[in-house]
Amino acid sequence: MSTLDILSDDEQFMVRTVQDFVDKEVKPVVQELEHSNSYPEALIEQMKRLGIYGLAVPEEYGGTPVSTPCYVLITEELARGWMSLAGAMGGHTVVAKLLLHFGTEEQKRRWLPRMATGEIRATMALTEPGGGSDLQAIRTVARKDTDGYVVNGVKTWITNSRRSQLIALLCKTDPAASPAHQGISILLVGHGPGLTVSRDLPKLGYKGVESCELSFDDFRAPAEALLGGVEGKGFAQMMKGLETGRLQVAARALGVGRAALEDALAYAQERESFGKPIWKHQSIGNYLADMATSLTAARQLTLYAAREAEAGRRVDMEAGMAKLFASETAMQIALNAVRVHGGYGYSTEFDVERYFRDAPLMIVGEGTNEIQRNVIASQLVKRGGLEA
Amino acid sequence: MRIVVTVKYVPDATGDRHFADDLTVDRDDVDGLLSELDEYAVEQALQISENSDDDVEITVLTVGPEDAKDALRKALSMGADKAIHVEDDDLNGTDALGTSLVLAKAVEKAGYDLVISGMASTDGTMGVVPALLAERLGVPQVTLLSEVWVEDGTVTGRRDGDAASEQLEASLPAVMSVTDQSGEARYPSFKGIMAAKKKPVESWDLSDLDIEADQVGLEGAWTKVDSAAERPARTAGTIVKDEGEGGKQLAAFLAERKFV
Amino acid sequence: MAEVLVYVDHVDGAVRKSTLELLTLARRIGEPVAVALGNGAADTAATLAEHGAVKVLTHEAAEYADYLVVPKVDALQAAVEAVSPAAVLVPSSAEGKEVAARLALRIGSGITTDAVDLEVGDEGPVATQSVFAASFTTKSRVSKGTPVITVKPNSAAVEAAPAAGAVEALAVTFSVQATGTKVTARTPRESTGRPELTEAAIVVSGGRGVNGAENFAIIEALADSLGAAVGASRAAVDAGWYPHTSQIGQTGKSVSPQLYIASGISGAIQHRAGMQTSKTIVAINKDAEAPIFDLVDYGVVGDLFDVVPQLTEEIKTRKG
Repeated sequence: MSTLDILSDDEQFMVRTVQDFVDKEVKPVVQELEHSNSYPEALIEQMKRLGIYGLAVPEEYGGTPVSTPCYVLITEELARGWMSLAGAMGGHTVVAKLLLHFGTEEQKRRWLPRMATGEIRATMALTEPGGGSDLQAIRTVARKDTDGYVVNGVKTWITNSRRSQLIALLCKTDPAASPAHQGISILLVGHGPGLTVSRDLPKLGYKGVESCELSFDDFRAPAEALLGGVEGKGFAQMMKGLETGRLQVAARALGVGRAALEDALAYAQERESFGKPIWKHQSIGNYLADMATSLTAARQLTLYAAREAEAGRRVDMEAGMAKLFASETAMQIALNAVRVHGGYGYSTEFDVERYFRDAPLMIVGEGTNEIQRNVIASQLVKRGGLEA
Repeated sequence: MRIVVTVKYVPDATGDRHFADDLTVDRDDVDGLLSELDEYAVEQALQISENSDDDVEITVLTVGPEDAKDALRKALSMGADKAIHVEDDDLNGTDALGTSLVLAKAVEKAGYDLVISGMASTDGTMGVVPALLAERLGVPQVTLLSEVWVEDGTVTGRRDGDAASEQLEASLPAVMSVTDQSGEARYPSFKGIMAAKKKPVESWDLSDLDIEADQVGLEGAWTKVDSAAERPARTAGTIVKDEGEGGKQLAAFLAERKFV
Repeated sequence: MAEVLVYVDHVDGAVRKSTLELLTLARRIGEPVAVALGNGAADTAATLAEHGAVKVLTHEAAEYADYLVVPKVDALQAAVEAVSPAAVLVPSSAEGKEVAARLALRIGSGITTDAVDLEVGDEGPVATQSVFAASFTTKSRVSKGTPVITVKPNSAAVEAAPAAGAVEALAVTFSVQATGTKVTARTPRESTGRPELTEAAIVVSGGRGVNGAENFAIIEALADSLGAAVGASRAAVDAGWYPHTSQIGQTGKSVSPQLYIASGISGAIQHRAGMQTSKTIVAINKDAEAPIFDLVDYGVVGDLFDVVPQLTEEIKTRKG
């Protein structure tokens, strides 16, 4: 059985279409775009036409919603071509889900139809310079007055910040609330006076899409910008959204891992030493076997979490496991792909060095793997261990 | 305007293609797909439709086994309106002349103002079916176009021949074929993929087209393949690594073979 | 002895090499009767006679230039009816194949396209074809009617075989369809001064590794040192470095020269389809793993920007 068989016919066709797109349009240009750190404008335009930005938007708002496993496999395909492309649609999907689950009807109608086509692209702003994954400790404050909210604070590592017209901003509407999470809300804001976007932050990998710092200085947002219309719900809303985010990051890791495995496998059959293709040397063959085995395990774990999410169950632990395991696996596979390629693996004329630079993002992004372990452990205690 | 686009389901060119015992192309072991060259034809049909003020109905037509439905589905996902699948066990082994007969009958039954084909199939590569189709239908052939315009019942286009580039003009109805220079084909959108399954696909067999079994298939073919042999692998050549003298070494080889 | 019709590809009376090759093959089967159409048709006779044409049927009319394909089909049909030949041979150009196919349909005959060789068989001419990106060779024959066969350039040697070459006017009545597709303008291809790609004995081609339109100058310099034609891979053409008319491969030209030199071309199957039948193949590529090296008689693993200029210089030196 092929992995795709768990999808409907139509969804299989979608994944294969993205696969085709990646092979024909992305693979031939990725090296040049990545090395010059260029924004992949043309590829993003094609992704819009494919419908990538409408994958989480219901038909009534103009999207083509797919199952969570299909979403995972499409993300994997994009990341197989270039992890940055999956990065250019990940936050967008999470914001679409936030709107869908928690937005008022007016908010849905206002944003979703244009998000479905990619005309409007969305990102999330969570992380602050003073701390990453401890979201309850954020210091960005939105103070309510008669005209709406006045926002002050700084967010960092905000991907697509310049290219997004919609930012789901996590902030405190009641800094004094106790427990702290009851004072947290999400505001749906756009660029405007009082919001400054910093320079692009320099990065090891994840090139081509900008990650910046956002400074809010008496930035004004209308009262209608409050997601769901009720203050103090933002933390719970974002936790739900991050389940999708973690699955998405796990899927990106799968894509990077698969690309590294594919390249290593092909190279090991072409390259000869001591009179035979190098895969026939046991040391190299073992690498390939381990890479494929761990990738398959990571994929099945991620698809398991995706199916659970699709069934409507809480998946913070499952998505955390998938993200943790898939990202560590991708890193290992990328390193082994470098080994299989020998000296060429260290050369920037081959793609494997990029996988090696891109893989760590999934380890530290969307909640570090250390945080994931915390989540998993606390859920294990709370749920009384794994279900039978 | 009614446009019929003829498409073919072909074995993947990157797969290991070979012949069956009856010397027809063995399609069992190789994945098939919509011929890449036919995607350009679908694309031009869609562009003609998008640029036209009139209603344009695009029908995709294929002749082939059950799997050929995949080719139709892709074309429908790209945006064609409906599909016709001509399938009949007696069609196995049909040559270009026979194929053009089946296509001509099917196109006539479907009704058309313009037939658009790819420049060739990626497996047969004869590239003569559009010309044969025009001959059978008795309408102008405007083939191998790299640029296309359709306006007020007239087709014009640019045909880049061996010795010259020609500007062609013909009145509808006509048979057109387009090259891979005519414009990149779009990918099916997710919306298109979901919409495709609701579009009508008709299945016809030879009796629907008033074609006798002996007019087509291996029996009806006017050409017989007597043998097919895998080309012997080229004997391994000399490979040298350039260490400053590569060009001179190559020149010496060419001189030895009397090319210099 | 049976007569064999040979369709003449000519430009204003100048016969193209592929037609002379057809005469060589035609003589294996019978007596060649050439059919020359359009402006300058009669001027072809001397060359055709020199290469074995016993008769040259000619017809000059504006329709051949002003309308696509069909007038030529009408004329060939008239020639078939007048001569009752054993076979009809047509050069395998894009237009040649279209003319041949429509003719075959009209006269109720089978057709074989893109033959690379032709021999006499018990049941008529047997054509050799190369299929599936030249990975298979098939032998086939037409089983109904008068075999119509299109033959690829470079499939036979041009041989001198003086014959009468008597010019006779062909009577042609154009069909209703003849004027269906008007040729409203014709821009002759700019002459590069190099041989025509499909006819050339030597082809030098460049691919992705050439890395820029301006760098094709070194490919052209090598070609000129050998009197060769210049080709390009699809990657180079798609990148806009060289015109599409020079593209070699599945969707471009198919060549089978005596010598093929591939520079900076990896040798994807789409490219191999267009050059695999070349007699001697040479490649220069910096990637030792490039599939093109599986095909070569001689390969140099190295930077083409070093190897090609050195090769050109060395050829010039050797040629003096």
